[in-house]
Order: sequence, then structure tokens, then C-alpha cells
Amino acid sequence: MVTGGFKGRSIISIADFSREDIEYVLAIAKRLEGMKKKSGLLRDRIMATLFFEPSTRTRLSFESAMESLGGKVIGFADPNVSSYKKGESLYDTVRMVEQYCDVIVMRHFVEGAPRLAAESTTKPVLNAGDGANQHPSQTLLDLYTIQKTQGKLKGVKVAFVGDLKYGRTVHSLTIALSHFSPTFFFVSPPSLRIPSYYLEDLRQKKIPYKECEDVMEVMRQVDILYMTRIQQERFPDPADYEKVKNVYILKKEMLANAKVNMKILHPLPRVNEISTDVDTTPYAYYFQQAGNGIPIRQALLALVLGALK
Amino acid sequence: MNPPKNLKPYKVYAIEKGTVIDHIPARKALKVIEILRANEAGDSIVTLGINMTSKKMGHKDVVKIENKELTDAELNKIALIAPDAKISKIKNFKVVEKMHVVVPDTFKNIGTCPNPLCVTRNQKVGATFYIIYKHPLKLKCHYCERVFAGDEVVL
Ligand SMILES: [Zn+2]
Repeated sequence: MVTGGFKGRSIISIADFSREDIEYVLAIAKRLEGMKKKSGLLRDRIMATLFFEPSTRTRLSFESAMESLGGKVIGFADPNVSSYKKGESLYDTVRMVEQYCDVIVMRHFVEGAPRLAAESTTKPVLNAGDGANQHPSQTLLDLYTIQKTQGKLKGVKVAFVGDLKYGRTVHSLTIALSHFSPTFFFVSPPSLRIPSYYLEDLRQKKIPYKECEDVMEVMRQVDILYMTRIQQERFPDPADYEKVKNVYILKKEMLANAKVNMKILHPLPRVNEISTDVDTTPYAYYFQQAGNGIPIRQALLALVLGALK
Repeated sequence: MNPPKNLKPYKVYAIEKGTVIDHIPARKALKVIEILRANEAGDSIVTLGINMTSKKMGHKDVVKIENKELTDAELNKIALIAPDAKISKIKNFKVVEKMHVVVPDTFKNIGTCPNPLCVTRNQKVGATFYIIYKHPLKLKCHYCERVFAGDEVVL
């Protein structure tokens, strides 16, 4: 992708974004957040949400972003009502839907479906999550949140905690942050370590990282503590889950030596990995993080629809 | 025609006409045979050398296929399994042309993505892979973006 050339483009994967692209989207998001009169930006534009897998939070965030810019929303939230179940090809679905809208937001359990959709239509497609693969608006809002809370993206020290093996948000954010000379700490049980492919990539880019099992080893150093859920269904043996499930719970007293600027992020929903007594500390930022999804999604919609440059 | 008298005693028998694929990573020869469907090539003799000693590679495999010339598409496929393979075209027991496998940056419409959740396994669309490392060969699926070793990609 070339910065400035967002009009008509699909947003499929953070891997398609250069450093300049990322900085550009974040700058537009910041501009939108401070903009007073923006409710007419996307007037008479229509966004179709095609959710082949339910995700209420992501759908509401996109719909809120579109409506706040004056646009309209059509679509389905439940794959049972779509013709996908009737065996219609993705290509046919997209060719039909493009007749009714200006931009398509797609979530699909099949990995790569949004890219195929984007190749099937001239209308821009925004990937709102495709299985374990990509969720670029989540990655961009994570980056926006880091920039907002740290005053910069360059040189931040980020610890990822929990399920680093299957965690899509962790993988995407690792790749995206790699443009900004970070230091990484990967804190996980041995069975949920980050895949070696990502570490190989970091070594090639000469980005310092450390793997460990105890979050307290890195607590004093980090600017961002990125928590993730450890999902029971990832463990074939329930006994293995029992062993790790209570090790990765963040409690208030663990934050005693944290840096003053440290912020805790989480893609939500949480289960029990952040104790509720953390919510009232100055470190908790996960709810505001979700809120940052609005200016990011506004920015993406305004850019691909050519309303802002 | 008879083999020339000065033919060196060699562990894999010489062929009169055909193709020799050398410097295949050890134990990958059968995979090369499979992708070339050389086992289905009628009456032609296919000779296999598995785990031969090599100065450069430690161990290597060699495949010789009688009466066979490789197409560009086949050369591409071999690149997935044996990116360092050396290919010799043989006529009258002599090497008449030497080729290197060239690993392309992109494998378009080739093979099947090993990820069962990939859209290429669910919709009518061919798999495309990008090379992200040449040594060892690692490919990334254009659609699901997962990374695989060359020989994981089912051809
Ligand atoms: Zn794939």
C-alpha cells in the first residue's frame, strides 16, 4: 500500500501496511478525534456488514464509526440468515452485495475470505477478522492506543502475556510494532509460546526480545502490558489447563513496581486474567482501548471512501 | 547404443537420454518423483539414489528419469522440494545442458494450502504462495497468510 492511495483500497492485513501507512492512519484517527464537524463526512454512503461469524463488539464499533460520520449501515450479523448456508459462493455473495453499498465490512471464520472478497469486487473491503489470521482494525487501534498513552510509538517496551501461540492480536501487533524499534517480552507457559516463525523474523530485523514464564520478571521495565485470554479449548488435556490458568492472572498487588507510564491493554472480552481490582488503578486502560476503535474505524472508512486525504 | 567404455562405475546407473536431478535434500527424492509423476511415466526407467554422500550437502538424493524433459512448471515444483537442485539434460549418455532450479518469488496457482481453514480449501480459488525465506525454503499463503516449509505444501 502507498500512503495517500487509500481511496478505493481494501484493508485486509496489517502485513500490507508500511510504517508510513500506519503513521498515516493514526494521524487521520487523531485528526478525526479532534474534529468538531464530522457528522457529514460520509453522508449518503452505505456500509454493508457481512458477518459470517458473530462478533457483536466489532460490528457495533464499525456501525458506530459509520453512523457518527453520517453514513448508513446495512447487513447481517448472523450467518444463518445469509445465503452462505445455501451454498452460494463467496464471489457471488460479494458481487450481489456490492450493488447495494459503497464499502463492505467482512468477518469470516474462513481464513483469507476477506482477501478473496476484495479480489472479487471493486468496492473496498475491510477485514473485521478472519479466523486466526488478521484483524487489522484491532491492530491499528492497539497501535493508536500505545501512541496515545506513551506519546510515541518508537522504542516502546511491550510485554505480551498469556496465550502467545494462538493469539492473533499478539502476532499482528508484533509484526506492526516491528516498524518502530520496540523491545518485546513474551510471557507465557511453555505450551503457549509464540511460534518460532515470529521470533526468527525479529532476529532478522535485529529487534531485542526475551521469553519468560513469569510476568514479575519484566514488570519494572515495561511500558505496555498486553494481556490475553488463555482459552481452555486450546488445551487437549484439561490437567494442563488447570496448571496454567491461575498463573497468568494479573492482580493489583503485582503492579507495585510498575513504571508510572505503564498501561495495561487487553483485546477484550476478559475472563479472569485481569482481576477487577486492577480496573481502578491508573494502569488500567483496556476499556479506553476499545473506545479507540472508533476513531480508527472512522479513519479507515473515511480514507477508503475518499472523504479524507 | 552401448555405454562408453570410460564410464565411471557410479552408484546410480547412467541413462542414455533423459534428465538427472542432483542435489536433492536427503530423503526427498520420493517426493520429487511424486510431483513429477515419474512413477506413472510408462516404460521409462526411474533411478533413485537416496542418502548418497555429498561433499557440499553431507547427504543428498539423486533422481534419474529416462526419456524425460522437464517443463518450466515442473522446474517450479521441484523448487519447492529441492531449491538447490542441479538439473542435467542427458543425450547419448552425455550432459548436453545444465540447469539450476530458480526459486521464483511467487508460486501462483500451485499446490494446496496445508491450512484446512484456508479459503483456498473452501472456495474455488487456486493457492498462491510467496517466498519469505529461500534457505530453508519458507512460503506464505497469499490468503490465510500462514507460513509453511516448501515440502509441506501439497502439490
Ligand atoms: Zn492458505
